[in-house]
Amino acid sequence: MLTKRIIACLDVRGGRVVKGIQFVDIIDAGDPAELAHRHAAAGADEIVLLDITATHEGRGTLLETVKRTASQLFVPFTVGGGIRSAEEAAAVFDAGADKVSINSSAVSRPELIGEIGSSFGAQAVIVAIDARRAAGSADPVREAEVYVSGGRKPTGLRVVDWAIEAEARGAGEILLTSMDSDGMRNGFDCELTRAVSEAVQIPVIASGGAGSAAHFAEVFLAGKADAALAASIFHFGVTDSRVLKAEVARAGVPMRLPC
Amino acid sequence: MIAVIDYKAGNLTSVVKALKFLGADDIVVTQKPDDVLRADKVVLPGVGHFQATQLLEDLALTQAVREIAAKGTPFLGICVGLQWLYEGSTEAPNTLGLGHFAGQCERFPAAYEGAELKSPHVGWNSLEDVRADSRLLKDVTPGSFVYYTHSWRAPLGADTAASTMYGGAFTGAVERDNVMGVQFHPEKSAETGLKVLKNFLEL
Repeated sequence: MLTKRIIACLDVRGGRVVKGIQFVDIIDAGDPAELAHRHAAAGADEIVLLDITATHEGRGTLLETVKRTASQLFVPFTVGGGIRSAEEAAAVFDAGADKVSINSSAVSRPELIGEIGSSFGAQAVIVAIDARRAAGSADPVREAEVYVSGGRKPTGLRVVDWAIEAEARGAGEILLTSMDSDGMRNGFDCELTRAVSEAVQIPVIASGGAGSAAHFAEVFLAGKADAALAASIFHFGVTDSRVLKAEVARAGVPMRLPC
Repeated sequence: MIAVIDYKAGNLTSVVKALKFLGADDIVVTQKPDDVLRADKVVLPGVGHFQATQLLEDLALTQAVREIAAKGTPFLGICVGLQWLYEGSTEAPNTLGLGHFAGQCERFPAAYEGAELKSPHVGWNSLEDVRADSRLLKDVTPGSFVYYTHSWRAPLGADTAASTMYGGAFTGAVERDNVMGVQFHPEKSAETGLKVLKNFLEL
């Protein structure tokens, strides 16, 4: 049976893993390679490394960090942050990534999705969407807006519409981050996740707000997510994936266990 | 020497890295039929579109693989590399597969048993009905999880070594004598995947 995935995310700045709350208030959480291996050994189904400051500082992804992290990592490994062209994506794949995640660059030039997919396959392209609910709107979920540049710039695009376009252009998965929930540990935005998941055929990874096993079960069951991503709850030893997955499985969600 | 065939279908880094991790130090990533013919083992990775396998024919690699298959060289196809071992795929009807195994690869149905079925099939799924005589899957327990990412799949047949359920059962691994294939990505399937690659290296 196909299981739901628990993904450990490493937000990297200047070669170190950091953790923010609602995209600001950054604190240090450790070395990327070391944390990636620890997560994989602890049962994470997948590892994502996001170079969170790459786009707004206008520099390329930290290929050395990617290389070091990818060596001896035998679960799927995604890298995002600052990838603006198929050539830059190729360099990230060469360094050992299995998938790339593109965000701002896909919004400014949607053709990029297909360009990377044509060389490396659609499965290798994740379109990341940073979403904020439309406060004050009659339908804050349907009207939720896409933000770029690490959550700094609103785009005017509707989240659901952009997810549908990304799929049509050849995205293999959608990584949906709720900026409202990010770092709050109050649970994922299940309504928004469900709206996107029902709008597309490709897998949707929910992100932002994980605080407990119950939150994961909720986003899989009510939010119809195919995978869920979290960072801080793992880094500081609050839980490891194996413990988390056993609890999520008890709630009736298929999980890869033992892992 | 292990020949890893590069036909420009996706990224080979992870496969080569996993083989090296398991102790294979003499690896040649190649497009040359001669390298394939003189190799002790041959690996055909590949993700993406079935159309990409046309390059195998164009570079005379199809003929080289036929020869090594006949002379007993262990061969492992991964993902699209497994699909290519069949007669073809509805993904690219004009591109012929090797035809070593019977049947066509087809897309997952949009719905199964009344429920919508997402495609691609992405994630960790279990290997079932693991054939006891499989050399590739030696010591792999039925129910072990492996990582998949694909939209087309090979049918079940007499040579299926393990199946996986998603919109019905499909071939997760296939094996007849020295010719083998896995639809999943052993290089990304943690301990189980490394065990499969190790079994192959030890043939």
